[in-house]
Amino acid sequence: METRNKGSFGTQKLDDERRVRVLSPGMLVFKRFVRNKLAITGLVILIVMFAFSFLGGLFSPYTQAQVFKHDEAIMKEYATCMLNTDLRYTVRKGAEFPDAAHAQAALAITQGNPSFTYGDRTYSLVKEGEDFYTIGDAIKIVEARTLANKFSLSAVKDSAFTISPAFAAAAQTAITAGAAQFKADGDVYTVVNAGKTSAIYHVESIALATKNVYDPYEEQYKDIATDFGFRYASELALSKGKTQFSFDGANYSYETIDGDIVVSKDENGTAVAVCTISDMLVSSKANDIFLSSQEKSLIRNAIRAKETEFVIQDAAGANVEYRIDRVNQTYTVRTLTESRVITMYEFPTAAHLLGTDSNGMDVMTRLMYGGRISLMVGFVVVFLETFLGIVMGGISGYFGGWIDTAIMRFVDLFNCIPFYPIVMIIGTVMDKMEIDPIKRIFILMAVLGILGWTSIARVVRGQILSLREQDFMVATEATGIRVSRKIFKHLVPNVMPLLIVQATMSLGGIIITEATLSFLGLGVKYPLASWGSIINAATNVHIMTNYWFIWIPAGMLIVLTVLGFNFVGDGLRDAFDPKMKR
Amino acid sequence: MAKFIIRRLVLGAFIVFFGALVAYAVIRCLPTSFIERMARQLSALPGAKSYNELLEQLNRMYGLDGSILKGFFNWVGYAIRGDFGYSWKFNQPVVQKFNSVIWYSVIINAFTFVLQAVICIPLGILAARKQYSATDYTVTVVALMGISLPTFFLATLLKYFFSIKLGWFDLYGIVGRMHEQMTTWQQVVDIGHHMVLPVVTLMILSIGGLMRYTRTNMLEVLNADYIRTARAKGLPERVVINKHAFRNTMIPLISYASYLLPNMFGGAMITETLFQIPGIGYISYQAITQGDIPFTMFYIVFIEVLTQVSLIIADISYAVADPRVRAN
Repeated sequence: METRNKGSFGTQKLDDERRVRVLSPGMLVFKRFVRNKLAITGLVILIVMFAFSFLGGLFSPYTQAQVFKHDEAIMKEYATCMLNTDLRYTVRKGAEFPDAAHAQAALAITQGNPSFTYGDRTYSLVKEGEDFYTIGDAIKIVEARTLANKFSLSAVKDSAFTISPAFAAAAQTAITAGAAQFKADGDVYTVVNAGKTSAIYHVESIALATKNVYDPYEEQYKDIATDFGFRYASELALSKGKTQFSFDGANYSYETIDGDIVVSKDENGTAVAVCTISDMLVSSKANDIFLSSQEKSLIRNAIRAKETEFVIQDAAGANVEYRIDRVNQTYTVRTLTESRVITMYEFPTAAHLLGTDSNGMDVMTRLMYGGRISLMVGFVVVFLETFLGIVMGGISGYFGGWIDTAIMRFVDLFNCIPFYPIVMIIGTVMDKMEIDPIKRIFILMAVLGILGWTSIARVVRGQILSLREQDFMVATEATGIRVSRKIFKHLVPNVMPLLIVQATMSLGGIIITEATLSFLGLGVKYPLASWGSIINAATNVHIMTNYWFIWIPAGMLIVLTVLGFNFVGDGLRDAFDPKMKR
Repeated sequence: MAKFIIRRLVLGAFIVFFGALVAYAVIRCLPTSFIERMARQLSALPGAKSYNELLEQLNRMYGLDGSILKGFFNWVGYAIRGDFGYSWKFNQPVVQKFNSVIWYSVIINAFTFVLQAVICIPLGILAARKQYSATDYTVTVVALMGISLPTFFLATLLKYFFSIKLGWFDLYGIVGRMHEQMTTWQQVVDIGHHMVLPVVTLMILSIGGLMRYTRTNMLEVLNADYIRTARAKGLPERVVINKHAFRNTMIPLISYASYLLPNMFGGAMITETLFQIPGIGYISYQAITQGDIPFTMFYIVFIEVLTQVSLIIADISYAVADPRVRAN
């Protein structure tokens, strides 16, 4: 060891560069910087933050606007069931009986009137049985006169009705008895008496009203179950207590099962169930649910038995549980249904390290993308500020005189404008003008830059004022180089150390400003994220109280990043300016 | 001196004038439809004027139908006579609203200022005296942390821990629910109780700046030759620090305090908004975000005047405190 050392010394001269280690000014600064523990801590924080924001987005399995959904079993309304206490109307095909006339009909039924008018038409009402009425268009066919006890009938010209002897006899007895209706030849006629003359109307039934509810068994029987003729025949048979009836050439029979009446069609000797008749109206709550007649009768039976739960086997043979809730005359059947919902406020899991937010987006991923915007805004604004500051401060300091005064007054003006109010007004203006979120960020950066250049301009001017008196500036004068070159090549580089410190420190401030504006909803807007706009969720006290993982990490990232910039800036200041050391 | 003050005042007036022009130009970027809608909403308020009358009044006062310059001079004409118009948002004269809210902000900021001075100046001096010691590092780190905390995050954190988790303070407002039933003394205590969190927030945020400022200035003074002289002639360290060093540090501190004037009267906009303290900051935040042009214009001009006044006071106080400046 010793000999080798000796030998190496022997070959070196005293002023050999390898013996006297001369550090360049940059190296000196670097060494002083590295020795500062705080500055290194800050640098490490910043590197981590940059990696998190700019590389994190690449590694994150999600995108920033990806909405997560999951299946959840929720009690959903399946069907509703109503005890039918109202008359329900069935209208003959092709006939007109507007919905608005239903009220008039109901009124006439409760008052026992044989006819009612709606619009300019008169309808007659015939009570065919208990809770079973037919509504007809009354057509005047015959006029009856009783003059001096002499009874005479005359057919209305247009009606093409011929008066039969049986009709005449029935009409006379009815009119003398003062009856409102009479029957003749198997038809019902209505009499409207007006003193000596009476008008006899023939009723062509166009609608029927009944409280019974018809549910077809199969889709193919839907037409027949809603058909006026079928219902009329069935109701007629029911009111007369018959157990069968025929309609359209087919025979139908009744059978009572569990309180429902099942109507079966006789097809070559075998009975095929067509529909059920009941007093309960069951309807499905969703478009995709078709309730078969069996299901409906099951629901009805459960309700009649006053049960609150029942089980139906579905197509796959599995038992599905249903729950019945009653409100007045309405029963709601609910069942657990799988449905797609947005995963809101999910607590941290392995899939979502920081959970999901109110839009069902991954908080971690949004923090990464938000960091990009926050950091990018910071850098762009600082670049803009520094650029404006160097140009304005450089010109002001170099030329002096009235240019200097003018620029400095301009700086005073900018300093005088209150920062937050003006930025907020601009934010509000952008809100009212509904500017696109991406364009908004650029405008925001420009505004922050334009409002922030003054302090840098002052620093540059102050430095240049003292630098321009120095000898090297006299030398540039003597060599006769251009003014722009003198300013930007010889003066500005001398201001650089101070500028770097200033820029680093103001980066933190800008990140805070941007976050504050976004927090107030005046900066970066949804769907883009920034750290500030993520914390904005905490303005909602519910989120602040219950979901810490949405807002605390974002706040921590801001604090750490700004702290990093401030540590580094502080370290740089000490490294560039060792005069402060004692 | 008088000449200097007059020159400074004239310059200040000019700057306020152009500052108001900038603010006016920015506000005028609001779409016209917004102003019409605003007038319509205003006319729907109980006891308000009719739509046409309001629109006519707005146009007259702000020249909204003419060019920006014409409108601005129109506004200045009224403002110089002290007529700042009628607030759209609060439906009362701007100056009246201002008078009713300003004192909340002043009280909060005065408390903050006193606490800040009591805590920061001694700590800053201590850090400077023991540069690069553990104390110094702690002070520096705490100061930098204070600077790095965004207002809204700190306020939200304080609310989360002290209002929600511990339940010591109310989340919002300046008075409690039972305020009306209380005796005068209880009412004062109630308001004070509600001011604790805002004052703490403001204090933590401003601690850093003042501490660093004191430290830097103290360091500069301690490195000066006259301190070495004082030590060399054998003065006790207490006298060196208190009499020679601290008094010289006071000069920049006085100017720092006068820069706080706009803060003092201008209100802490974000803190007040977060705690919903009805001071000038929160009220003007509402006015700004809802496009209340009369109040916003008044507030901005008010801040600009305050800034100029504080600068003039700083200049004068420099001259009073430092004979060297007076000579120039």
